[in-house]
Order: sequence, then structure tokens, then C-alpha cells
Amino acid sequence: MTSRNMGPFAQRIIDFTKFLCYMHVINTYLISPVVTLGPSMLPTIDLTTGLFLIEKISTRLGKVACGDIVVVRNPQNPRFCMTKRVLGLEGDSITYISDPENNDKAKTIVVPKGRVWVEGDNKYNSNDSRKFGPVPYDLVEGKVFWKISPLKDFGPFWNK
Amino acid sequence: MGSISLWNSAKKIITAAVITVAVSDRIVTVVPVRGGSMSPTFNPKTGSWMEETFDDHVLVEKFCLGNYKFSRGDVVVFRSPLNHKETMIKRIAGLPGEWIGTEHNNDVIQIPSGHCWVEGDNTASSMDSKSFGPIPLALIRGRVTHILWPPQRRGSVKRTPQQGLSSNQLDPN
Repeated sequence: MTSRNMGPFAQRIIDFTKFLCYMHVINTYLISPVVTLGPSMLPTIDLTTGLFLIEKISTRLGKVACGDIVVVRNPQNPRFCMTKRVLGLEGDSITYISDPENNDKAKTIVVPKGRVWVEGDNKYNSNDSRKFGPVPYDLVEGKVFWKISPLKDFGPFWNK
Repeated sequence: MGSISLWNSAKKIITAAVITVAVSDRIVTVVPVRGGSMSPTFNPKTGSWMEETFDDHVLVEKFCLGNYKFSRGDVVVFRSPLNHKETMIKRIAGLPGEWIGTEHNNDVIQIPSGHCWVEGDNTASSMDSKSFGPIPLALIRGRVTHILWPPQRRGSVKRTPQQGLSSNQLDPN
């Protein structure tokens, strides 16, 4: 009796494992959903919780360009990701205000090899490359390309 | 009939590939070690004519990526901060908040949060944090636990290095 019951049960576990494996591969190599929070990308992405799709293919092929909105793993805390805009690739020179609270002194740096410069659209409230420097390209998780929620804005999001 | 069986075997092959990728991304994988930067822990005899055949193959576990908890002395696999297509194997010599003094330019720097300091065991020829600085923990792709190949050197990888590292860890107290 046990064996007769084990059959379909084991089959269900195998099917579920296969499903998880497919989910992992799709999530890691093709498309993944992300939830955005916080003010750093205002006005492009508003404060309320939003649901977006990111694609991983162009990142893997090295086709990230200036102006793309990307999801980057936080170099200061690997457990979290953040949504930012790429403003410079390796070799580009970037001018920014390094210490906006105290003075207006601008600083210019050249993005080193294998790194990208990311900034939030909301210059006044964003934790980005101006604070922790250029990030290694490998930390770019993917490019934001589709907005899902809020539903009234459902649609492509690649030229924002 | 033939096209159905063809479709079925294609489905089986794809599923097998997907499972392999998922397991090697999430659980465990085997990677070859190229070059002598981690000698004598890996590839103790580089430069011999049979180098290719006798490259060490090591077992890399991925569970450590769940919470990014590492200890000093762990051997880790990570993406090169200079080139995202390149993978490197080095030993963690310093964790966030620790102070690292390097020999060749008498600098003492504090490792920023979320970063670590990596060095090769073969300090004479190793491209590591001494040249590119501390790396984000998020670049790490797994922890090396065992040597699988060649058979005579099979065994677990020790957490502490066999020789002293060139950098002196400075005690914060």
C-alpha cells in the first residue's frame, strides 16, 4: 500500500523539483521580476511599490549602455539590490559633486576598467556611485524593460 | 511517431541541462584551477609539460551565497572586478571593518562594509586585492571545500593558509 501511494507522491516531488530548476534558470539567465521601493529614482520610478521585469540577456552579452536603468547588487551589502541609471562605462570621465552637503566642489574621475558608474535620478536622495564609487560590471543584475504594477502604467519601460 | 519521440528526447535533454545548471548554480559545482597563483594549495607544480592534464579540479559549494557569511581564510571563487567574464580563486585575507596593511606600499586601509580582501597563496605571482583593492562580497560565486582531482591530492581544503600571507592583519585592539 505504501509503495502504491509513494509512486505519485515521489513523481510530484520530482515534478516540483524540475519546476524549481526551470524557474531558477529563467530567473537567472532570462527574465526576473523586481520590486522597487524608495525615492532614489524619482521622478522616473515613483515612491510607491512598483513591480518591474528585468532582462538578463543584454547584461550577459555586455550590452549595457549609458542611460539604461539597471538593477545593481549593492556593493555595501550583497543581500540587497537597487535600481539605478548607468551614467558611465569604463573609460568615461564623470564629473560629480562629491560632498553636496558641505560644498559645491566638483570632482572628475575616469571609470576604471571593468566597472560602471551608476546614479539615481533623484540626485538629492540616492545612495549611488557618488558615495561608493564605480561598481564592478558583474554586480549589474539586469536591465529594467517592462513595468507591471501599478497596472495603469503596464507596458514597456526601456526608453524611460 | 518519429517526431514525437524526437520531441520527447529533446525535452529530456533540455530538462537535464536545466537541472545541471540549477544544481551547479545553487548547490555545488566543480571548477578547474588555472595558473599557479594559489600554489601550493592548488597546482603546486605549474610550468611542467603536463600542466593541462594535472590542473587541480575543486569542489565549490554555493550555500554560502545565501547569507554571505565568510570567515578569514576561506578559499572563494569570484568574478574578477576587472573583467566580468573572468573567474578567480583566492583566499579571503580580510573581512569588512578589518584593517589591512600591505607590504609594498606601507598603507593601512580599512575594508569597507560589504567588501573583503582576497589574496593568492602564492604571493610572488598573484593578481589579487594588492593590485585591485578590496572586492565586493557580491562578486563571490562560491566557497572551495575539496580538491577532487588529481586523485593523489584529493582531500578537503584547509581554511588556514599553509604559509603566512604577505599582508599583516592588524589587530583593532
